Amino acid sequence: MHEWTLLDAAKAVRDKEISSRELTRALLSRIERINPKINAYVTVLPEAAMREAAARDEEIARGIVRGPLHGVPVAIKDIFCTKGIRTTCASRILKDFDPPYDATVVERIRSAGAVLLGKQNMDEFAMGSSTEMSCFGPVLNPWATDRIPGGSSGGTAAAVAAGTCFAGVGTDTGGSIRQPASLCGVVGMKPTYGRVSRYGMIAFASSLDQGGPIARTVPDAAAVLSVIAGYDRRDSTSVDVPVPDYVAATERGVKGMRVGLPREYFAEGVDDSVRTAVTKALTSLISLGAEAVEISLPHTGYALSTYYIIAPAEASSNLARYDGVRYGYRAAGAKGLIEMMSRTRAEGFGEEVKRRVMIGTYALSAGYYDAYYGKAQKVRTLLRRDFNEAFDHVDVILTPTAPTPAFRVGEKVDDPLTMYLSDIYTIPANLAGIPGISVPCGMSPDGLPIGAQLLGKHFDEESLLAAAAVIEREIPLPRVAPLEG
Amino acid sequence: MAITREEVLHVARLARLSMSPAEADKMREQLDNILAYIRQLDRLDTADVVPTSHAVEMGTPFRDDSVHPFEEKEEILKNAPDREGDFFRVPRIIED
Repeated sequence: MHEWTLLDAAKAVRDKEISSRELTRALLSRIERINPKINAYVTVLPEAAMREAAARDEEIARGIVRGPLHGVPVAIKDIFCTKGIRTTCASRILKDFDPPYDATVVERIRSAGAVLLGKQNMDEFAMGSSTEMSCFGPVLNPWATDRIPGGSSGGTAAAVAAGTCFAGVGTDTGGSIRQPASLCGVVGMKPTYGRVSRYGMIAFASSLDQGGPIARTVPDAAAVLSVIAGYDRRDSTSVDVPVPDYVAATERGVKGMRVGLPREYFAEGVDDSVRTAVTKALTSLISLGAEAVEISLPHTGYALSTYYIIAPAEASSNLARYDGVRYGYRAAGAKGLIEMMSRTRAEGFGEEVKRRVMIGTYALSAGYYDAYYGKAQKVRTLLRRDFNEAFDHVDVILTPTAPTPAFRVGEKVDDPLTMYLSDIYTIPANLAGIPGISVPCGMSPDGLPIGAQLLGKHFDEESLLAAAAVIEREIPLPRVAPLEG
Repeated sequence: MAITREEVLHVARLARLSMSPAEADKMREQLDNILAYIRQLDRLDTADVVPTSHAVEMGTPFRDDSVHPFEEKEEILKNAPDREGDFFRVPRIIED
């Protein structure tokens, strides 16, 4: 039953065809067999999950259905605070952190009835594109375990692809949901900035971070989005707009939809297998009544530079709180406060995190602020303007999610700039605050998954779900990686 | 304008990251590559462009200035690496 869709599993529980305990037990035993091969979970909660499942079953017996995820086992990236359950961000500096409260995302999936199986591995503080930068060791791609799963939500994407949860929630600052979804052959959506509350989601770059669903089908992702989206007064950037019926949007079709093809995204550097698969996705949209429109997003080539100023700058400020005073790791034996803090951070942070804290501190330091951070904020305006102008002519934009299928473990780990380039197609959406989704659209000759990315207008997640659902229905692909336990 | 080792060590001090000379050399080389790439932004004329700090336009949200006590003080304090009663304990602040 691990290969069922989330919506089918939820229906089976509601219809009393299966108990939440049976479902939960089956997935826990699958985690036990499969997880050692891929390292997707950092914390598994067998007792708590079985307790929750029993409570959900009792409710069903009394005719109570909490919400659309009632009794369904799911899991979340270890970046969301969970009360009484360690929350690490895959960092040594937070290894024993036990949050005093639940993130809004966690509250919402619990009140929708979901059972929490555990917490998933990630790049430390969500900084990375391969999930190799974790203090718990790398996650491996379930389709080919000599490959990375993408990142930073690589644990969540790999766990979903391996059938060890029905869906998960990740976070996306520059592609961290969409890129691993693409590389693991699952669906991942970054909603509009402000759509999902960031309360209790450990901050990386606050003006870019956004939580979103990872699932095996588009309707499953829509169901999770419906649960986690919505206004939250505890996040001052949360936007108070109504949450539509996202699952219904997946049935809308694409008749008359104008699909923009930005020429900058199909230039050099795209792997042939990716180009072929994305072209197939386009053909499927056209065959169901969509219209292709060539467009230009002229500042695309500047997005990566802009991102690698803004994200590290915000990160260097957000990560200043890890000083060994109130929680987390503290270096032993320091004689004074400054020495304690400096050694705590040097010992507690991994290399990539240090690199970004350094870039950000440099870009914000006296004499460089205008040349770097100020400049990047202005280019960010130009990137937003590109999208605004494009959306005068098109409803959605279709691109590859990543330039290549999954690369090999270790291949880019010593070359930060090359690693950064794997997010080149996903970063612009974060800078512009627009929603994006990655949906599987093919396989490489080596049997590695390939995703197509759809980008949309602010708060128009529905068009993305409608188009992604068409691609999914037209291009049937295996949903669960053939990992044998 | 390459970044120097002295600048790297200065930035590391600002960021409260202790760093050995060998680490500083490696960091200098990596930052140099990344900053050289980033400086492609200099090619764009942005003199008349208004900066974006947030991608989704919204006003400043206000709320009442009222106190909401957090009842589970122990849940917070138990995470402290070192404490004395209800206080966080740290090494001496004024160093010799």
